[in-house]
Amino acid sequence: MFRSINNNQGELITIYFEGRALNVPKDHNVATALLEAGISSFRQTALNNESRGPYCMMGVCFDCLININGLDNQQSCTIQVSDGMKIRRQVINTSGKNE
Amino acid sequence: MNSTEYDIIIIGAGPAGMSAAALADHHKASVLILDENCAPGGQIYRAIEKNQKGDNEWLGQSHQEGLPLVEAFRRSRVNYQHSTKVWHLSSAKVVHYSVNGKSHSAQGKQILVATGAQERPFPLLGWTLNGVMSAGAAQILLKESGVVCEDAVFVGTGPLLYLIAHQYISAGIPIKAIIDTTPRGNYLRALRYSFGALKNAKSILQGWCWKREIIKSGTLYISNIGDVRINGSDSVASVEYCQKGKWKNLNCKHVFLHQGVAPELNTSLSAGCDKSWNERQACWTIDVDQYGQSSVEGISVAGDASSIAGGVAAAQRGSIAALNMLYTLNLISSSDREALSKPFKKKLSKEMNARPFIDALFKPHLRYRVPQDSRTIVCRCEEVTLAQIKESINVGCKGPSQLKSFTRCGMGPCQGRLCGLSVTEILTKELGVREEQVGYYNIRPPIKPVTLAELASLDGS
Repeated sequence: MFRSINNNQGELITIYFEGRALNVPKDHNVATALLEAGISSFRQTALNNESRGPYCMMGVCFDCLININGLDNQQSCTIQVSDGMKIRRQVINTSGKNE
Repeated sequence: MNSTEYDIIIIGAGPAGMSAAALADHHKASVLILDENCAPGGQIYRAIEKNQKGDNEWLGQSHQEGLPLVEAFRRSRVNYQHSTKVWHLSSAKVVHYSVNGKSHSAQGKQILVATGAQERPFPLLGWTLNGVMSAGAAQILLKESGVVCEDAVFVGTGPLLYLIAHQYISAGIPIKAIIDTTPRGNYLRALRYSFGALKNAKSILQGWCWKREIIKSGTLYISNIGDVRINGSDSVASVEYCQKGKWKNLNCKHVFLHQGVAPELNTSLSAGCDKSWNERQACWTIDVDQYGQSSVEGISVAGDASSIAGGVAAAQRGSIAALNMLYTLNLISSSDREALSKPFKKKLSKEMNARPFIDALFKPHLRYRVPQDSRTIVCRCEEVTLAQIKESINVGCKGPSQLKSFTRCGMGPCQGRLCGLSVTEILTKELGVREEQVGYYNIRPPIKPVTLAELASLDGS
């Protein structure tokens, strides 16, 4: 389980993961905010539908790709959270279109 | 066109990039520095300004060493662009980059690639499961956001592994176990370089202290092991390791992997810089002269982006490269270049004394570089297994580029960053040839995925 060691996390903002509101520190990146909220599965792979989440946290591995505000393939470890951000798990559906 | 000309364009604001930028600015060069992170420091000194305030003793002394570099960098008048994605570097010294989804181009008279290192791939069965991250990722979470993970298992070798474990223990975060994969024979092999290491005893001693404190803390410390694998269906259930021919099981939910670091290759290779296989570090290194000048005129590579030598060395190499670029730009004389680079060269040489020892001690065993189990995923993006690679070799595949057409290995969004070294070594081993004959992927632009809209935003393209 990921958790913060800071007693004071500073200013919090609200983001939404799959419609669920999460209050997160405003200077977190998306990947960190989700990990801290207990979310580990960020996307489904295109080939074998494997569940994947962040691996490197430094923009190299591209495993933390996720849907942010309707856009797929967003590198969540390099993007800062912003108030009202809508995040969805990136899934592959058979029609080839994003949900 | 959003094109602007600069004397020097630097890619990366870690120790090498920051030092080069501040020095070049001091000698009146116009400097553009592009960095992926939101603040200067690179990975080694990541979030250093943020951590300056607050109670962060667990970060340790080595993190604080970067502070003067960042301060000097902040005082300079260079054009610093953070949160930037460089997606093209041409041999004609044109850089294309994007900020907030909008692309720009800039022309440099001189280019410095200071993109640092990345963690070496550690392909083992189960390394793509949810809950498996790199030890570097654990350190970034801690430094950048103060986020930790309790009861994780750390697996691997290298100074960074001890550093993060030590930081966890100092911050009072329980670690389930440390599985140290340092090969037993490495201690003996490293001994022959101990004379050189003594000339930089401080850094060696520090690593030794970390390890001693880890063991003293009572954390389960496992060493002298063989193969490792991670079990679970979607997420991690346990780590298994082979000790004296017996598989042992350790239940856990989180695993942090590490087998050392290797240069970030994509930027230099895409510009056409020559590389060589470095057997001591078991990775490709970029060919540079004593000033960091690569095989491509006007493109220099400094710091860990050329070969691994650590943060302190990177700062010296950045400064030396900057002085050479200033000389090439006629901003300083050749005698100035020599005189001014002396102190940097002296400090660099002290750092380099310890390198053969560190390289020998932490060289990952071949079994952790070339996976043993054929079900292991080698290319995480395209989900290509070792079995598929071997199959391709059996039907005539001779190199990494061919392997792409056979299997799509290396063709995903990470562009080979997480499989390239493994692929070189797998092909080398299977074909019974040398790494130089096998080579590496041909890296072509864009070196970071860009959207069509990002490309189209580049006026005049």
